[in-house]
Amino acid sequence: MSNKKNNQVSRRQFLNYTLTGVGGFMGAALIAPMVGFAVDPLLKGEKSGDFVYVLDVDEITETPQKVSFQVDQTDGWYESKVEKNAFVFYDSNGDILALSPVCTHLGCTVDWATEKEDEFFCPCHDGRYNAEGENIAGTPPTEPLHEYTFKVEEGKLYLSPETHARGGA
Amino acid sequence: MLNKIYDWIDERLDVTPIWRDIADHEVPEHVNPAHHFSAFVYCFGGLTFFVVVIQILSGMFLTMYYVPDIENAWESVRYLQTEVAHGQIVRGMHHWGASVVIVMIFLHTLRVFFQGAYKKPRELNWVVGVLLFFVILGLGFTGYLLPWDNKAFFATQVGLEIAESVPFIGTEIKTLLAGDPTIVGAQTLTRFFAIHVFFLPAVLFGLLAAHFIMIRRQGISGPL
Repeated sequence: MSNKKNNQVSRRQFLNYTLTGVGGFMGAALIAPMVGFAVDPLLKGEKSGDFVYVLDVDEITETPQKVSFQVDQTDGWYESKVEKNAFVFYDSNGDILALSPVCTHLGCTVDWATEKEDEFFCPCHDGRYNAEGENIAGTPPTEPLHEYTFKVEEGKLYLSPETHARGGA
Repeated sequence: MLNKIYDWIDERLDVTPIWRDIADHEVPEHVNPAHHFSAFVYCFGGLTFFVVVIQILSGMFLTMYYVPDIENAWESVRYLQTEVAHGQIVRGMHHWGASVVIVMIFLHTLRVFFQGAYKKPRELNWVVGVLLFFVILGLGFTGYLLPWDNKAFFATQVGLEIAESVPFIGTEIKTLLAGDPTIVGAQTLTRFFAIHVFFLPAVLFGLLAAHFIMIRRQGISGPL
């Protein structure tokens, strides 16, 4: 209407601000659900799986045995059974170890005693682990093979599908 | 801050004339609803475009979860709608928006028709507009199959039978659309998906560009 005071917001500026504000709000309301939709995997978090029977405790030896077990996997709309592998054995302290065959370097699969006796070997980048699954210095892996959470009930060994890093090495 | 960034870029690339040319132009009095309320009829074209933008955005996000495969299509739609955050809203936008686009484009066409705005020198823009209408109908037809539920299946079945009723080449058209002479199935779904998300949108963008360039070149037709 008038510009008596100099530091007042002019009509043009006011309209600009309101239009940008309202427009921005509408745009945000439009985009927000889509962004939420896209980042949904981050919101879901991890699901923990049930323990699965793998073998009897009296079958466990000092040398690592490769055992396979099936876990139920829900991948979005796709449900399936996935085969997992573990190396089960008694370590030098006589404790049960169930190691994941996933190399701690870049996720390839290691195998027992393929390249050398008494060692785990990963063919991707020649990663090596000793008989306890500890990484051998000078080879690519940066930490020991991860281990499965397990429980023993009535002489049977059960593994959870989750693995975790081993403390100390 | 933003001004400084803008100035920095503008100093080097001289972008001001570019966006001025696109965005900075006067709205004639006779198409401004603030002057004559009845001028709201001039909004339908812009509204059509606005809803098309919503369709493109929501569609892009939907393909993050959707699979065009007869085993998984319906399950993936169920999953994205019921288990993904805001899934119902995003799919809802695409579902309802599809109908709103048809309504808006129809109103826009009515306005242009009854105002005689398609007459010389704007005949070519009318032709492009009619092509756009067909493209939008095609997007509606192909998109309808994608959820792969009963309604989708039988609507497509009917649509294909209609295509087959074309004289002489009907059977060929149907086979070309469905990917198989008799089955409405796996190949139909992938074809419709490809047409819906790649081929028709590409045509749509081209036609829209032509539509907008022509209207800027010729200006909006004068008052009645």
